[in-house]
Amino acid sequence: MTARKLVVIGNGMAPGRALERLIEAAPGAYDVTIFNAEPRVNYDRIMLSPVLSGEKSFDEIVIHGDGWYVDNGITLYKGHKVVGIDRAARTVTSEHGVVAPYDKLIVATGSVPIVIPVPGHQLAGVLTYRDLDDVQAMLLAAKSGGRAVVIGGGLLGLEAAAGLAEQGMAVTVLHLMPTLMERQLDPAAGHLLQKAVEARGIDVITKANTKAILGTDPALGPARVRGVLLEDGTEIEASLVIMAVGIRPNAALAKAAGLTVNRGIVVDAAMRTSDPDIFALGECAEAEGQVFGLVAPLYEMANVVAAQLAGDATAAFKASATATKLKVTGINLFSAGDFADAKDREEIVLRDAARGVYRRLVLKDGTLIGVVMYGDTSDGAWFFDLLKSGAEIAEMRETLIFGPAFAGGATQDPLAAVAALPDAAEICGCNGVCKGKINVAIDTLGLTSLDDVRAHTKASASCGSCTGLVEQLLKLKLGDGYNAAAVSPMCPCTDLGHDDVRRLIVAKELKSIPALMQALEWKTSCGCAKCRPALNYYMIATWPGVYADDSQSRFINERVHANIQKDGTYSVVPRMWGGMTSAKELRAIADVVDKFNIPAVKCTGGQRIDMLGVKKEDLPAVWADLNAAGMVSGAAYAKGLRTVKTCVGTDWCRFGTQDSTGLGIKLEKAMWGSWTPAKVKLAVSGCPRNCAEATCKDIGVICVDSGYDIHFAGAAGLDIKGTEVLGHVDTEAEAIEIICALTQLYREQGRYLERIYKWAKRVGLQVIRTQVVDDSERRRALYDRFVFSQQFAQVDPWAERVGGKDAHEFRPMADLAQREAAE
Amino acid sequence: MTMLDKRWVDIGALDDIPRQGARLVRTQKGCVAVFRTAADEVYALDDSCPHKGGPLSAGLVHGAAVTCPLHNWVISLETGAALGADEGRVQTYPVRVADGRLLLDAGALAGVGDRELQDTCHG
Repeated sequence: MTARKLVVIGNGMAPGRALERLIEAAPGAYDVTIFNAEPRVNYDRIMLSPVLSGEKSFDEIVIHGDGWYVDNGITLYKGHKVVGIDRAARTVTSEHGVVAPYDKLIVATGSVPIVIPVPGHQLAGVLTYRDLDDVQAMLLAAKSGGRAVVIGGGLLGLEAAAGLAEQGMAVTVLHLMPTLMERQLDPAAGHLLQKAVEARGIDVITKANTKAILGTDPALGPARVRGVLLEDGTEIEASLVIMAVGIRPNAALAKAAGLTVNRGIVVDAAMRTSDPDIFALGECAEAEGQVFGLVAPLYEMANVVAAQLAGDATAAFKASATATKLKVTGINLFSAGDFADAKDREEIVLRDAARGVYRRLVLKDGTLIGVVMYGDTSDGAWFFDLLKSGAEIAEMRETLIFGPAFAGGATQDPLAAVAALPDAAEICGCNGVCKGKINVAIDTLGLTSLDDVRAHTKASASCGSCTGLVEQLLKLKLGDGYNAAAVSPMCPCTDLGHDDVRRLIVAKELKSIPALMQALEWKTSCGCAKCRPALNYYMIATWPGVYADDSQSRFINERVHANIQKDGTYSVVPRMWGGMTSAKELRAIADVVDKFNIPAVKCTGGQRIDMLGVKKEDLPAVWADLNAAGMVSGAAYAKGLRTVKTCVGTDWCRFGTQDSTGLGIKLEKAMWGSWTPAKVKLAVSGCPRNCAEATCKDIGVICVDSGYDIHFAGAAGLDIKGTEVLGHVDTEAEAIEIICALTQLYREQGRYLERIYKWAKRVGLQVIRTQVVDDSERRRALYDRFVFSQQFAQVDPWAERVGGKDAHEFRPMADLAQREAAE
Repeated sequence: MTMLDKRWVDIGALDDIPRQGARLVRTQKGCVAVFRTAADEVYALDDSCPHKGGPLSAGLVHGAAVTCPLHNWVISLETGAALGADEGRVQTYPVRVADGRLLLDAGALAGVGDRELQDTCHG
């Protein structure tokens, strides 16, 4: 069978996708010729904004390089605009005179940018934002600096504005409506967006009606743009004007050929025009009375055309809801569906001013019909899926706004949220790729990298905003087989990083180290000295009261509850609450020192007394005597709460503003025994003179007349770093709750051996403030979890060992020396 | 050396040592650390890291190796040699399990007469 002739007019993303699918489905069935009015190959138009901002090069956004056309035997005429379709002769003719016969024709002439016909719109320096030529012209104009005025505060206009600002131009955005992107965002989100845009130094004028574009005096040479005049008389100087007010389908050629044209070229569900041998797709096509501008439905059209051409007469296009994202680095917004107010609708709104988060859900008849998210858009896919599926949301209505983490259970882990998505959930909106399809591709093709997934499924290959989701799917699917470059393994026993391991402990309910090593395919039989203590901590922190501590996975200090010294002896530090002691305690310490010939006694930096040089076999007896005087382990060896240092505060000090000693003691009583990723040291100072040196501690409190300033993330060790302010509270009770909540958040998120200041730097100070200060519900939940786990942790390890626990640690199993001497 | 040359001495039960743990045996030549791995293999080594004399018995046992508690040297329980980039070796002694009892070769202990006596035994 000889191949039939397929001619394609236009070489944008939609026909490119259609050809790809057609070649897959029916290789060799058609002899393909493409006419491209642009002098280049097919590229990703969505990614023009990153090219404008300089984040990507043109080569990086090419979809089909020259080789692809050669490999597939496709004839591509670059720079050939088609000027006529002769339906009777079944040929098309290009402006350069090439005539190509067709059996089937695809019209994909796209759209043209709307130019407002105000006076001056034809001046040099007035551009639209549509293709690579426009971007190159803008980049050229940006080189000479000056001010650019962007007319239109929609998706494209804002991306152009951000890109030009990135290129060093001063930028003003003029928007006719009261709020930006009003078609995709409600006024509240539009307002947040405007603030974020303005924060980048871009001026925004809303309700701005352009009256004229002003040109230079023609007497001084060829006229070019010099400014924009608004209806209200405002004049804005400009060396460049970008019109980004919308697009309209480019249907002139089809109309001239006698095809039915309304707003766009009218097609049926099979994407056929009024001539059954001619298909239309992309922005020029009008299906179900609508024209489309976002890539997802256009790709859906492409799939239908390809299937029809390959012989599947049942393939039909159905317009589905689309989601919008803005591609400006650092501005996250997401919208989908219908979010207009109406009588029969309800709305749920979440605002978090500190984090700049806004979420609004629109419900109708118990289903989700609209979503607007600004700031944190990580749950976008989940909401979009609920919206498209029309799922009943009554049962999760209470927590719906918080996203899948709450609806699905307790976890706040983004990976668990991805794991919870159904197979039909759309991951890549640009290319219409669902979770199930990616998973199948990973399984059947043995994919192991992001690039593999992009190559085989196209997921995250267009705008790239779902890259994180795709990576999470890879991680979920491959476990330790997925080695994203960004994740450094916790030790040579695994390829998983600390965060992955912590997540999987929860997700897979791993409750013992051997179970974890089995499930996560540890490469060694029983780990190493790096991973075992970390895993033991993660287990304790994750499963309080359930996990049985594995003492063989602890470093010696935590195994024998004393600090090993260079000669193999130990040091012993009893707890002195808030640094307070008494004659009775001091007397007991003195007696112990004498009784066990302890060679050195010293004060520590945390206001405790250290007995150094204790023999290992003497430890239980030393502890017994200290216990008898009411003292417990000071945990001077622990990756846990060490000390709370205090000054004397209002008890004695003439400057004291609050009872700093009392608060220190309360904190220490609340927090002793807790295990944490690394050691935790606190201090409470009674006034800003800060005698307890609270501002270089993991957590510090500075008492002031009005209450308590809570600080955190200080360091005075390998690194020296002043603390950051966490927040101010009025009462002791609030201070204790916030500090316990902070500690719990650190316990849940910190990587083993990562001090609070490093954790805070990694996750962000503001993120922490939001969770433990601003969000009182979350703080309470963290506090409750801390208190819950403390009931299992507050057991004096010394008393346990005095009572006989782990006796094998403290005495030799045999004494051959004595035995021989006896013989 | 043949089996006949060995002088096996009972030093306790296998279960006296926790899995992935160690116990000490005091001898006239110093302390010997007896290790039990997760797979119930047993090894006996001088309780003194070749680096700075750290008590290996207090280290973390993983596979057939122990990480010294002082500076994280990793010592092979099979050979006594430092693993990785570090260089050094500690004396090892034959030890075996019979009917749940641990038998240490006292003959080998006697044979290392030139070994420097530890001034402290960390037990």
